[in-house]
Amino acid sequence: MNAPALALHGTAHIAGRLVFGPLSLNAPAGCWTCLLGPSGVGKSTILRLFAGLGDGIAFDGALSGAGQVALMAQDDLLLPWLSVLDNVTLGARLRGQAVDGGAALQVLERVGLADRAGDRPGDLSGGQRQRVALARTLTEDRPVVLLDEPFSALDARTRAQMQDLTVELLTGRTVLLVTHDPAEAARLGHVLFILTEDGLQEVPPPDGPIPRPVGDAAVLAAQARLLTHLGAVPVAGAGTRGAAPRAPRDIFPKKEPGAGLPRGRR
Amino acid sequence: MTRAVWMRGLLGVAPVVLALSLWQAAVWLGDLPRFILPGPAAVAQTLWHSRALIAEHALVTLTEVLAGLMLGAALGGVSAIGLAASALARRLVQPILVFTQAVPVFALAPILTLWFGYGMGSKIAMALIIIYFPVTASFLDALTRTHPGWLELARVMGASPLRVLWHIRVPAALPGFASGVKLAAVYAPIGAIIGEWVGASRGLGYLMLLANGRAKTDLMFAALIVLALLTLALHWAVGAGLRRMLQRYGA
Repeated sequence: MNAPALALHGTAHIAGRLVFGPLSLNAPAGCWTCLLGPSGVGKSTILRLFAGLGDGIAFDGALSGAGQVALMAQDDLLLPWLSVLDNVTLGARLRGQAVDGGAALQVLERVGLADRAGDRPGDLSGGQRQRVALARTLTEDRPVVLLDEPFSALDARTRAQMQDLTVELLTGRTVLLVTHDPAEAARLGHVLFILTEDGLQEVPPPDGPIPRPVGDAAVLAAQARLLTHLGAVPVAGAGTRGAAPRAPRDIFPKKEPGAGLPRGRR
Repeated sequence: MTRAVWMRGLLGVAPVVLALSLWQAAVWLGDLPRFILPGPAAVAQTLWHSRALIAEHALVTLTEVLAGLMLGAALGGVSAIGLAASALARRLVQPILVFTQAVPVFALAPILTLWFGYGMGSKIAMALIIIYFPVTASFLDALTRTHPGWLELARVMGASPLRVLWHIRVPAALPGFASGVKLAAVYAPIGAIIGEWVGASRGLGYLMLLANGRAKTDLMFAALIVLALLTLALHWAVGAGLRRMLQRYGA
């Protein structure tokens, strides 16, 4: 698959209020790029811009790689009145194209739900529903896949299984994963970005191919660093009393401090 | 277990017994003559004796109500989809719809009789008019409240607005349509009865008017009770039917 890279440079406002920027984000072609950050810092805004859902967002800058995307969100967004198979082929029906039921069944086979093709989404568990959503995303067969916290509503074991399956099935596509879970970012990111109130920063990922093992020491260490950087944990030796200070910015060895990246919000 | 069932049955019957007792008490305490307020027993007697007459007229009213309900539901459904599809249509038609709601439907009955005649047509039209707005409003409201996530997914998938309407918004709004039709099942008999009052030679409304005019108050009450029971039965049947349909639909 000839997947494009994603790039965004610029500033976004919603209703006159600054959401992020100016910032610069590059997601290399065919890789998993994780965008990690707390709620309300504009992660979803970035994703919506790439998804072409930027109504109401005043974006001033350049965007490339958008269009030809498939979207998978935290909510599986399955239509309760359609069978699992009809949900998987929804895109074709919405575009007025011929529905290829055989191909859809093969995709359901790959997510392990071929025997549930005729069931309604209401009969499935949360993890199964999210696998159907993954099958629907795969059936769209787009070179770019945007993932908006697709695993965050799942229990820990199901989440790990879904992460493995998703990495396996989305191989070769450009993936942008928005998440607030440092463990997920440390497991899945070829490239890691942290977006906080202070701006966007690229962080070196742990070594090794994704999905990285959950209990791996390097992954756990990376997870801890990410958490610290999010400002969730006070840095050792600093702020023994009073409020936890924000982690110093240079806690990471920067391999490439994102070209001309003025941080901070006014 | 059986005791609980008995208790439930008793509690179900209790309101009926209470209402009948109050009714009978009013007749006794007020010492009311039969042509002002007949007691429940007298009404029951008339109901039994005149069952053929009442059934004949009830059948006419029921036919009018069902025809009006079906036409009104169909017309309301089509209108709501049309309005949901086009912002221009909404701008043009919605004010008109609201305005027509400000017109008392009762005032239209004579002109409808003039237009559609003395027979069933004018009553069906009356029932249709009275239920058209609740069906349209409730369906349109549901059509404009589609889960935003579904709409965004459809946009990312490259869907045209009309296909989104047909494949997502309409199916998602069917419960709203169903609640509109359930409400309509209660309103439709009112429309038919008003039509019959204004000008008819058949139907429960006509029978009630006739009985009233001849001081046959017991017959009037008998017809009224049958009408109320018909309305309740219709409401229940429509509700159960729609529930089954929606269940099969998985929504």
